[in-house]
Amino acid sequence: MEATVATETSAENTWDGGEKKPLGSSYGKMMMWFFIMSDALTFSGFLAAYGLMRFKFLESWPIADEVFTHVPFIHGHFPMYYVAFMTFILIFSSVTMVLAVDAGHQMKKAKVTVYMLLTIIGGLIFLGSQAWEWKNFIGGTYGAVVMQDGKIAQFIDKEGHQIALDDFVVGHSERKQLTRSDGVWFMQDEGAIAPYTLEEVVTSFKSNPDVGLRTELINLDEKKKTVMSKEEAVAYLAKAESVVMGANLQVNEYGNTLFADFFFFITGFHGFHVFSGIVINIIIFFNVIIGTYERRGHYEMVEKVGLYWHFVDLVWVFVFTFFYLV
Amino acid sequence: MAQSHEAHESHVGLIWKVFGFLSIITIVEVIFGIIKPDSLHLSNFLGTSLLNWIFLILTLVKAYGIAWYFMHLKHEKASLRRAIVWTTVFLICYLATLLLIEGGHLGEIFERYTTWS
Repeated sequence: MEATVATETSAENTWDGGEKKPLGSSYGKMMMWFFIMSDALTFSGFLAAYGLMRFKFLESWPIADEVFTHVPFIHGHFPMYYVAFMTFILIFSSVTMVLAVDAGHQMKKAKVTVYMLLTIIGGLIFLGSQAWEWKNFIGGTYGAVVMQDGKIAQFIDKEGHQIALDDFVVGHSERKQLTRSDGVWFMQDEGAIAPYTLEEVVTSFKSNPDVGLRTELINLDEKKKTVMSKEEAVAYLAKAESVVMGANLQVNEYGNTLFADFFFFITGFHGFHVFSGIVINIIIFFNVIIGTYERRGHYEMVEKVGLYWHFVDLVWVFVFTFFYLV
Repeated sequence: MAQSHEAHESHVGLIWKVFGFLSIITIVEVIFGIIKPDSLHLSNFLGTSLLNWIFLILTLVKAYGIAWYFMHLKHEKASLRRAIVWTTVFLICYLATLLLIEGGHLGEIFERYTTWS
């Protein structure tokens, strides 16, 4: 039908503009683009806020290579590898999605089904990987000391590599984690307590000549954290307030708490998008199987969820750059 | 409406090419991210290191690949494509520029009142 002529046969479709196609795009596709644009602006708002805070604390912001260093089943210091794997998973699931769209254009139901399934599996792997990344971030790697003004001081060995509290602290805290079920019903559950007391950490630090201390301050010539001399460090630790292990919204052993806040918020918001993408993909997957689009005569619905899925991938490209690379 | 998509040709070859292209860019990014060559990492060009510029440009190239080929912007009408891309890019540049300038300024003030010993 010609675009401007309303016919009786298209009357049932008047709610979505019928045969009219402004800018050569159907109603559904246009609305998906509207949504994607507004969502893109939401994400850029978050990332720009992250940029604002990062520029504010430029001289002390955590170095991503020292934060995300885990790879499953292997111990050691491996920056980037795992997140590179996650990026590949997401790009690959984008490829299977676009292959599904392509197969849909040719009305090949079996192919669409297989590719949709692969896309869903890719999304699930990505989501699981992200959960694992969060687990490591929350649980912590090394442990650190929080100063009275909220700054973080971390421990290093002779070569300047960061070491865990477990590697040098002698003695073990007798303090038990209190919970309401222990009968202290009158208090709130306290946050997880660090494995060592401040006293144990400071004493062990003083008695072990091999252990050094570094502050959050970045030496801009080398782009490395500033290492203190032993005397300076001992004096500095007199102003320490507590021991921290891991990261949450209040404390962060890797440095500025804002880093943890933005990490949780932005990757969490992105992860939520992946989650809803998977749910939508599953719905469409079953619609494909029961032949809804075969009867409808076109697979445009696959194309529309495809747009959303690619957008999630697109956002990850930027999150990857700003959290892990730059 | 029905059967109107029959004429569509398959783009499978192109899709795999784009995937290869995106993969290569990601691999290059990761290699640079792991090695961080001092000559790039410790340099300074227009406010940040050359390495960061490389990352930013590669990111934009990747975004272009995804939007143009996976999201089919290349095959949309130019009017739709421009309405989407120009608007979004303009607003994001505007927001990012203002916030980053402001952040730099805040940082300058903040550093004066921060002690590290």
